[in-house]
Amino acid sequence: MLDARPMRHFLEFEKPIAELEGKIEELRKMSEADGLNIADEIAKLTEKTDKQLRATYAKLTPWQKTQVARHPERPKAGDYLRGLITDYEPLAGDRAFADDLAVIGGLGRFRGRSVVVLGTEKGNDTESRVKHNFGMAKPEGYRKARRLIELAGRFGIPVLTFVDTSGAFPGIDAEARGQAEAIARSIEACLESPVPVIATIIGEGGSGGAIALAAGDAVLMLEHAIYSVISPEGCAAILWKDAAQAPMAAEALKLTAEDLKRLELIDTIVPEPLGGAHRDCDATIAAVGDAIAAALTPLLALDAAALKAARREKFLDMGRDALT
Amino acid sequence: MSWLTEYVRPKIRTLLGRRDVPENLWVQCPSCQQMMFHAELEKAMKVCSSCGHHMRPSVAERLRWTFDDGAFTRIELPKVPADPLRFRDSQRYTDRLKTARDKNQSDDALAVAHGSIGGQRAVAAVMDFDFMGGSMGAAVGEGIVAAAKLAVLQDAPLVVFTASGGARMQEGAVSLMQMPRTIIATRLVKEAGLPFIVVLTDPTTGGVTASFAMLGDIQIAEPGALIGFAGARVIEQTVREKLPDGFQRAEYLHQHGIVDLVAKRGDLQATLGRIIGLLRVKELAQAA
Repeated sequence: MLDARPMRHFLEFEKPIAELEGKIEELRKMSEADGLNIADEIAKLTEKTDKQLRATYAKLTPWQKTQVARHPERPKAGDYLRGLITDYEPLAGDRAFADDLAVIGGLGRFRGRSVVVLGTEKGNDTESRVKHNFGMAKPEGYRKARRLIELAGRFGIPVLTFVDTSGAFPGIDAEARGQAEAIARSIEACLESPVPVIATIIGEGGSGGAIALAAGDAVLMLEHAIYSVISPEGCAAILWKDAAQAPMAAEALKLTAEDLKRLELIDTIVPEPLGGAHRDCDATIAAVGDAIAAALTPLLALDAAALKAARREKFLDMGRDALT
Repeated sequence: MSWLTEYVRPKIRTLLGRRDVPENLWVQCPSCQQMMFHAELEKAMKVCSSCGHHMRPSVAERLRWTFDDGAFTRIELPKVPADPLRFRDSQRYTDRLKTARDKNQSDDALAVAHGSIGGQRAVAAVMDFDFMGGSMGAAVGEGIVAAAKLAVLQDAPLVVFTASGGARMQEGAVSLMQMPRTIIATRLVKEAGLPFIVVLTDPTTGGVTASFAMLGDIQIAEPGALIGFAGARVIEQTVREKLPDGFQRAEYLHQHGIVDLVAKRGDLQATLGRIIGLLRVKELAQAA
């Protein structure tokens, strides 16, 4: 389960927080061993930690957000499926080549309602990361996504997607099987869907591999998730000729939820618990569930034609009067 | 690129403008290094007479070669907000744009025109690789949407010539959103019962390939054109393998069933005319 995860992974900028939490842990152990009552001391330190967390997380730089978005303990697509979907029936394959485990999905119920769920899955540990190819899908993954989106359309059930990928897999076999075409068709399937499509960027929204599952009626994004046309490292390598300039590139790319909301490219920002989603996975997943429910309700009132027309208009309007 | 094309051409361009290149200028084929007269090369549609290498043409040349008798009408493309991100790397994006605009004497990396191909009305959109690597930002996306609307309005097929390094990084997620936007454009054409034909030219990669460029009713590629999603270097670094010969080239895509045909530049106009004629039986029936 989520809360049974081992030792927390701390990011570089979280060091002061890690030290404080280490101290608290030490005191706890001491009090257990010596029977000393140091509740006051612990309370004081806890308060200090919270303050530090609040201060740090209130002003995360885009590069720090990139690291939070990629945090190994951040809830992954599968965690959302387990937390939000009942009667989950995983479905496999593109009916042509393979079942790509970088894209997970199937049928299930979201708050009692039949849905098709899809997600790019990065995995939670080394073994599962390898199994899911680190969330980097191949053509068969996008073709599976397209198949499930079309299935949802046929039966009039909404589509929920959870996006967390550094991008589509750059490989020889992926190119040979038409990676570009598979992505294009998956985007097209989202756009053409006669049923509501709600996409949530839960971690990393990496370029074409992300939009393949995110051309929806409502695009939600977690507070510290990122969504970009290229990774900060990739952008820095090309424009600054130095991947080490990634922090600058992250800044320039305007890849935070706040930036994207301001540019009107996403619809809703879902706030994360203090200190990021990885500090309270259950609360994060519940908040995402509430946001999805809120987005879904008005969409259910629209018929297929109205839904499709509104979705088209939304995308066609994007960037036309972008704020600066 | 040889020193000739690198060094001599820009100089001549600024002196005389693009179309008045002296006839005695030699050009070297970047593939086989054969020297050719400029005038001879122009006549051969910039295809090397020695090795058949298809060199990158200008937008104006492409439009001339595509429409009957080289006659067409260009349309003005909608203006879009420049620099939505206020992007800056070593240079401001606005400065890069200005440089590209001055150099290419065009607003952005796309031109749209209408005319006839094989006696049939047609709209063509041509990407300009010379303009910031043909990268797709809001202007290109909006241009593709405009081209699609023009095709619908004129009840004419849309032919898109792609040449692009992919999305325009300097427009961040705004450029990413051009993928769904241009895909909507292809739907407009298809829903009107009109052919959407893509001609993939060298090079077509990234977000352009993964959107409208792969959704043609008919997919044509020019010989030798580099076409793919991920860049060769990124793939090599990821899989740590040597890439196969001819990887991501037009012929490789043809072998892998990703494009319908590889058409030599000299045959392209006739091929387009034939395909349009074959697809548009409804129109002919109505006209009869």
